[in-house]
Order: sequence, then structure tokens, then C-alpha cells
Amino acid sequence: MHLIDCPWCGPRDEAEFAYRGDATVTRPAPDAGIDAFYDYVFTRANPRGWHVEWWHHAAGCRQHVKVVRHTMTHAIAATGRATDILEVPAA
Amino acid sequence: MTGRAFRIAGGGHIDRSRTVRFRFDGKEHSGHPGDTLASALLAAGVRLVGRSFKYHRPRGIYSAGPEEPNALVEIGTGARRTPNTRMTTAEIHDGLVAESQNRWPSLRFDAMAATSVAARLLPAGFYYKTFMWPASFWEKVYEPMIRRAAGLGRAATEPDPDHYEAAHAHCDVLVVGAGAAGLAAARAAGEAGARVLLAEQDFLLGGGLLLEPAHEAWRGETLAAIIALPNVTVMPRTTVFGYYDHNMLGALERVTDHLATAPDHVPRQRSWTIRAREVVLATGADERLVAFPDNDRPGVMLAGAARAYVARFGVVPGRRVVLFTNNDAAYATADTLLAAGADSATIVDFRPFGTAAAAARARGIEVLPGSEVIGVDGGTSLYAVQVRRRGTWGSTQVPADLLCVSGGYSPAVHLASQARTPLAWDARIAAFVPGEAARQRSAGGARGVFGIGAAAHDGAAAGRAAAIATGCRVGSEFVLPGRNGDADPTVMPCWEIAAPGKAFVDLQNDVTAADIRLARQEGYEHIEHAKRYTTHTMATDQGKIGGLVGAAVLAEARGLPVEQVGIPTYRPYVTPVTWGAVAAHHVGKAFAPIRRTMLHDWHVRNGADFMEAGLWLRPGFYPQKGESPWDSVLREARAVRRAVGICDVSTLGKIDVQGKDAGVFLDRLYMNTFSTLAIGKARYGIMLREDGMVFDDGTTTRLAEDHFFVTTTTANAARVMEHMDLYAQTVWPDLDVQYCSVTDQWASMSIAGPKARSTVARAVAGLDLSNEGLPFMGVADATVAGCPVRVFRISFSGELAYEIATPAGYALAVWEAVLAAGRADGIVPYGVEALGLLRIEKGHVAGSELNGHTTARDLGLDRMAKKRGDFVGRVLAERPGLVDPGRPTFVGIRSVDPKRQVRQGAHLVEPGSFKSLGWVSSVTRSVELGDAWIGLALLTDGKARIGSRLVAAFPLKDEAVEVEIVSPHFIDPENARVRA
Ligand SMILES: [Zn+2]
Repeated sequence: MHLIDCPWCGPRDEAEFAYRGDATVTRPAPDAGIDAFYDYVFTRANPRGWHVEWWHHAAGCRQHVKVVRHTMTHAIAATGRATDILEVPAA
Repeated sequence: MTGRAFRIAGGGHIDRSRTVRFRFDGKEHSGHPGDTLASALLAAGVRLVGRSFKYHRPRGIYSAGPEEPNALVEIGTGARRTPNTRMTTAEIHDGLVAESQNRWPSLRFDAMAATSVAARLLPAGFYYKTFMWPASFWEKVYEPMIRRAAGLGRAATEPDPDHYEAAHAHCDVLVVGAGAAGLAAARAAGEAGARVLLAEQDFLLGGGLLLEPAHEAWRGETLAAIIALPNVTVMPRTTVFGYYDHNMLGALERVTDHLATAPDHVPRQRSWTIRAREVVLATGADERLVAFPDNDRPGVMLAGAARAYVARFGVVPGRRVVLFTNNDAAYATADTLLAAGADSATIVDFRPFGTAAAAARARGIEVLPGSEVIGVDGGTSLYAVQVRRRGTWGSTQVPADLLCVSGGYSPAVHLASQARTPLAWDARIAAFVPGEAARQRSAGGARGVFGIGAAAHDGAAAGRAAAIATGCRVGSEFVLPGRNGDADPTVMPCWEIAAPGKAFVDLQNDVTAADIRLARQEGYEHIEHAKRYTTHTMATDQGKIGGLVGAAVLAEARGLPVEQVGIPTYRPYVTPVTWGAVAAHHVGKAFAPIRRTMLHDWHVRNGADFMEAGLWLRPGFYPQKGESPWDSVLREARAVRRAVGICDVSTLGKIDVQGKDAGVFLDRLYMNTFSTLAIGKARYGIMLREDGMVFDDGTTTRLAEDHFFVTTTTANAARVMEHMDLYAQTVWPDLDVQYCSVTDQWASMSIAGPKARSTVARAVAGLDLSNEGLPFMGVADATVAGCPVRVFRISFSGELAYEIATPAGYALAVWEAVLAAGRADGIVPYGVEALGLLRIEKGHVAGSELNGHTTARDLGLDRMAKKRGDFVGRVLAERPGLVDPGRPTFVGIRSVDPKRQVRQGAHLVEPGSFKSLGWVSSVTRSVELGDAWIGLALLTDGKARIGSRLVAAFPLKDEAVEVEIVSPHFIDPENARVRA
């Protein structure tokens, strides 16, 4: 079980969070077209390694926490607010 | 039975002054406090305790701890019967009842073993090949047969009468295991000032120290020092079973299993979730078996276990002893047994003659160096061992009633392996030891540091290092046992003795060395594949004593060193955990909370029949004396159509949205436009998912320029909030908008029917209810019986209707005031069932239609989409597949024979055809159409088929009902009633 350091609440158990997926995708401009929106909704990289993700602190402060997490070791390198730019380790 | 007692006069950790009485297979036995079921039965002379899983071979007690593969029993009776309990860890208590497992008709004579039926049924890989064909045979023939032949204990069939508890703990340092290493680690970390948890699966603390009278004083002194530390918590009878991410570990505490009578209000077991900053794994090591023919017979036992029965429990498990070893450490077993009164001991040493053998001979013990055991003589007990000089043919028979086996020790790396700690091969002990890991270290036997003195020193260093890693300063120094008494742990690898016969590598799952070779031959040569093909190490003991032996057999077959083949990754649970403890208090009604509306008690008093809607309890209908459910539903709905009814709709999700950009935010979330909505007006809205499917619907009201009140469906209330969170925080963080769920803050009730205005007018003060004063979709504040209310002129039933919302605390006062006001109009409370009937007649969509597979176009709601501007789902709703005119669209159906029921989920087909043209999403009996069965459906070319007939087929019940396709709006398509 992950221990996620919520920027508002401090380190909290994974059970309080809802995983909300890839935080590297950006919603396209309204006129970007079907293909751009299709990629935004459906196309994912599924990396083995560091990944920037949304974890919704649903049973806490209700904020979407940005988390840099290693998909193989589950190590967490950084957490931040939704608008923060987080540093992703090299490997 | 010789008549001589197996229990010796003194020594060990049992209380001979007290007697405990228990039953095994119907026979009464006695033991002492401090005994396990295994030690008490050995003391009673019992050697045969079970039958094996597949072959029903007779089995005895093999170990003295949680690694036990054989001695599994059912403990307790009736609802408390617990199967597969290890005798070697079960403490006895007065009145304990145990039964052996997997034997029929009796333990001594087993029909399955006699006929060898199971052996033919269950070769290695039987999951994969034996029962492939024909498919129908699986359920009817094979499975029942296997279930009879193979298996372990029987689970209780009654509900569990005990209760279990879940608990959380946090600490600086968790020490797992309280042997020499664990005790030293806990003391070192504790005296350094760390908050320490010390978890020990045994009921006594000490591990290997319990077998060492010479170290008893140190054990006592160390325990006293630990208990005196306020920052150290000692948890006996607590097995750490799982090591999860971020140093979270799971543990099971057996609170009352050892008690004859459990005190009231104490859980039977407690499941702990522990977060530790640092972990010290002092889990010791498991002795290994050697795969020789019939190595599973009663009378064969691990050498360390035999020593434990003498030294800890004061029981001599055999009189004429043969010890088969590849290491020095096991020699102590022969000495211990002889000192306890065994008649003879012969040591069969796999290695050439060495110093240990010389010393043993000097003590008068017979040693056969360079020799091996190639079989045993005996059935349900042992009378001789076949010994062969290595590299020769033929064998000598050595009389024996106990064969002690030691293939060396494997560090108990289960928890380290679960935490994905890399394992390294240690050739000296021929076993894997854990490597480096973050925030975790192994100590003592768990990392191959064997011997009391060495383990204690290693544990103290690990405890100190762990405490320092949490920010503590170096603590005290304390006396540790010397390393001088420790035996040399070096082994000469000895995995399998080549000789004819069944040589087991997994006793619990009946896996032989030959099975491993068969798996390899059939292509399952990776260790993880061989494991699954043979079920090797998949039993409840997880192959603690034979796992590496099986890997070595596989390695030999593949021509590789065993360290290259490796062992399968361990997974939770290290030992079995009661399912009740996992569930803890999350059972029955406590599994999920129940949500009740503010009017719940009124509904109860007025005879409501409740239904569940998510977590909510809602009145389904209010049956009167003698009414069937349908009688009640139809009466309530009729009252709404003809007079007036009142319904508790408080469960609808309610979200208060405020801020300068609130209107823009809602414009982007809904396909409608809300920023143009006039203050004091409501509008029905549709929300899509980003993939273009309909997500939710509801009315939204504008209360002020920057203030909206959104309602959602009951089912989607939480999901809509999450959806808002996602978009507000991550997609449009620049918008000035705040919102909050107010579902529980407002109670609301719908008053519907042609006489609704008359009723509401009598109830409400300060409001003009005329069409000019409060038109359809108008909203205004007022009071009812002095309570503040907000009146919405909105309708779900299709009738003239008002929804009155009031702060939750006023709910009952307002509800009763409206009821009183409506008495003259014949007001009737109606439930969710009537509400459903009314909305189907009106052709309103609900959960069955908004099922995540439908588009706004499918439902005929696309005209509500704004022409310009962005909203969630706008782009992907235009995907070719979603705008395909061939998609099923929203229609109504009515049964041609009005009395014939149409079922929800029925497929619509042409008569005689099997091609589904669509499906029935909702059905009801109708009050407007003379009780006829009607429904809503999604149908290909729906509009074009209106007026035609199809068949609603429901093959599950072998039903085919002729239906007419009609408009989904069964009543008032012009909306005249709601605007009346
Ligand atoms: Zn938070």
C-alpha cells in the first residue's frame, strides 16, 4: 500500500486516494479534432519506470495530487499540487 | 507402544504442575500448559496424524513450527471448526477438539490410499491436461471425484460466530521475530529511543533460545529489559504475513484462540496494518528436508524439530534414532535425544569423515560418514532406515523409530522476497540470503548468520542501525551471548538421493522429485512454470522446507546450478490467515454504511417497504393492509395522475456551485448552456463523459449571478463531484469556481399531480403560485410552517409538480405541513416504484437508459446540445461509430396483450428471428393505459418502427411477448400538464 504525501494533508494511506491515471496528457484545444481527443482519452504510454500520475485524495482534501511514481518499484519520487511542475528522475 | 513415558521429567518450557485435557479424533488426551497440539500428541505416543492431499499417504509430525506441511487438523466444532490448522503452532487448552483431515473412513485405514485411486487421477500438471475433454465431464465427473479424493480440511458451513478486529500501528522500527537476533535488535533499537514493535508468531519469545538452557538467563534478562522500555511494544502470537509497498506490513494477532473460554468483547483475532519507518527481519531459518524415497513417513522428522520437542516441550519423539545430515549443527539433535533417554543414535553423515564425526564418535555415538538414507521401512510408523554408503550399491537396515533429517537451513526470506529484495546465493549454507534493500534489513538466521551468539550480535547491530536510520542516537551497549558455542553452519549440498520410490519435495501438495522432472520434460522448465505445473510450493506452507530442494532437482535436470534456477517469488501470506480477520468488522450490515434520509423514521412509521439505492434506503412503496406490492404502486401512481402525491427525493445529489466563472464551468461540463440561464430559473441538463457517452442528468438552478444549484441522479452524486474535481483542478485551474456537496444539507420532496398547486398553495406562505408568479421551471424562496423552503417548479412524473427543498433539520415539519395541507386534495405518499412508473409513462430517461453505453442522440436528447463552445464530450460524441444512424434509439413499447408482462433486458426481434434489433431498458405496468405492461427500449431504426410489432424475447425464461413499438412519451407529449 502506497503512502502518498498529499501537499495539503501530509503522508496518507493509498486507501484514501482514487487513482485517476496519466497526468502527462493535456486536454486538447476544443477545435483540435477527433484524433487529438481520441489520444487524450484513450492513448497511453504504459511506461516501465517513472510516471507522472493523478491521485485524487477522495477521502481527504478532495484535491488531485500529482505524483511521480515508479511503475515497477512503486517508489514515489515527488508529489505536488495539480499545477506544480514536478521533476522526474532520469531512470 | 513401549509403556515408557515419552515425556521426560524436567526441563523445557512447559508447566508440568498443571494438566490440560483435549480430544483428538474422539480420543481424550492430556498435556501441559506450554504444549502445542503436536508436542502433546507426541508425548501421548501418537505418531500418525494425517493423510496426504493427493495420495492419502499416512503422515506424522514433521516440524515444530509454522513450516509444518503434514500435521494439519480441523480445530473446533460446528460454526467454529477451523480447517488446516498446524498442530505445531496450536496451543492446547482444556476442551480443545481436533480432528484429522482428508481420511476416509478412518485415519488408520484410508480407502483412497488402499486403492491408489488418487494417484492415477492426479499426476503432475493435472490441471493442464487430464480433464480437457469432454468439457461437460468437468462439472459432472471429474470435479466431484477430485473433491472427494484430494483435499484438506472442511470449512465450517455456519456463519462465523466470532468477531475480528482490524487495527493500525505505526512505529519507527518493526522487528519481526523474537529469537536471539530479534530480541537483541528490539533492545538495541528501543534503548536508542526508537518506537519499536516486536512481533513474534510464537506464544513464547525466544525462538532458538528456547532450546538452549545455557542461554536461558540471557533470554530472561533481555526480555525484562525490553518489557521495561515504554517505547517498545511486544506482540506475541502475532504473525507478520505480508510485506507491502512503502514499508506497510500486515500481521495477524491470535487473541483468544489459545483460551478455553474467550472473555466477552474481545476479538478472536486482530489483523494489524503496520507502517514502519524501518524494518528488521529476524525471521530465522527453516530446516530443509532431503528428497529420498518415503521421506514422508510418520517417524521422519526434521532434526531441529526433534531437538525442539526434547528441549522445549520435554518430549522424546523416538527411542532409536537415526540422524541424516549434511551439516554439523544437526549433531546437537543426537546429543539432546541421548541425554533425554533415547536408547541409541546413529548419525548418517552425507559428508566424508570430519571433525564433528570424530567428536561424536569420541562421545560414543555411532557415525556412518559418507553415507545416505535411501529409504525407510514402516507404514503408519517407522521401524527401520535403509542406509547406503555413497557410491556403492546395496544398503544396510538400521532399526529406528525416529529418523531425523537435516538438509541444512534456508533463511526465511519470505517477507524480504515479498518486498522484492534481491536474493543472493550463499554457497557456504547452500541457500539464498537477502541482499540490500531500502529501509529494511535482515538479521541473524534470516540472512544466514547462524548460531545464537552470532545471531544476537547481528541483531543488535541491525536494531541499532535501524534506530539510527530513523534519527535516533546510538543507544546503550549490553551483554550478548558469546559466539564460541555456535556450530559451523557450512553444509555439503544434499538435495535428492537417487533411489527407487516416491521422494517428496513438497509433502503438503504431494509433489515428488519425479514430478519436477516430468514438468521439465513437458516444457515447464522455468521455476515459476514448474511451480504452477506441479503445484510445488503452492500449499499453505509455501514450500518452507522443500522449496529449495525442488528447485535443486529442477536445476539438476536442466544442468544448471540451483542459484541460476532460483526460487519462485514469495507472495503473501507467509502463513495462512483466517478470512474473518481479513474482513474484520466489515461484514453483514457493517460492510457498507446505510444512508437514511431525514424523513426515514416517518417512512418507517407509515409502513414503507424499503429498497436500496446505492447506500441509500428509499421507500419503494407504502403498502396498505391487504395490498400486494403492485396494488400499492398502482394506487400511489394513480393518486399522482388524478389528485396529488408526495415523494421524498432527498437522495438526489445536490451541489452548490459558486464563483465568478461558475456559469462558464457548468457550460463546459454540461452539453447545455447555463451561463444564459435567468436568475430564479431551472434548466434540465445533460452531462457527457469525455468519450462522448451520456454520464448524468439533472436540473440546475441559477440562484444569483455567480451562484448555481446543481442536482444529480442519486446513483452518480459522488461520481459527478469527482468529475468536477478533475476538471476544476487539473483541466481548468484558471476558472474562479468553488463547489460543495450539499446533498445531506437539504431535504427535498416532490409534490405532484393535478391538485399539486392547491396543496402547495395551502402549505406555502409568501409565494404566488400562479403561472405568472411561478411558471414552469421557476424557482422561489418561501416558508412552510415557518420553515424556510425553496420551491422549484419542476416535474419528473409528467404532472404539474413542485419540488420543495428545506434545510435538512426542517424536513419532518415541512413534510407533515404539506401532508396536512393536501389532506383535502387526497394527498398520498408515493415511493420510488411509483416514481419509476410515472417517469416511464412520461418517457423520461433514468439509470437504465443512462447506462454508460448510450449517447444523447440515442436518447433523443441531442437537440439540447449547444451549437457553439466547448464542453466535455463534444468532440468524441461525433466519432463515426457514435453518430451511426444504425444505432439503436429510444422508443416506447406496449404489450399487445396488456396482461402479458414484458421483462427488462428482453431483446426485440422480428417474429421467428434470432437477430436482436435492440433491448428493453425499463418496464412497468401503466396506470394511464389501464394497467397494461409498457416499457422503454433502445431499438435499431426506432423511429421508423413506431406503429409496427416486434417480439420481446427473454430466453432465460423462455418467454416471447408480442409488443407494439410506440413513442416513448405515453402521456402528454405536449407538456400541457406540467405547464398547467
Ligand atoms: Zn489531501
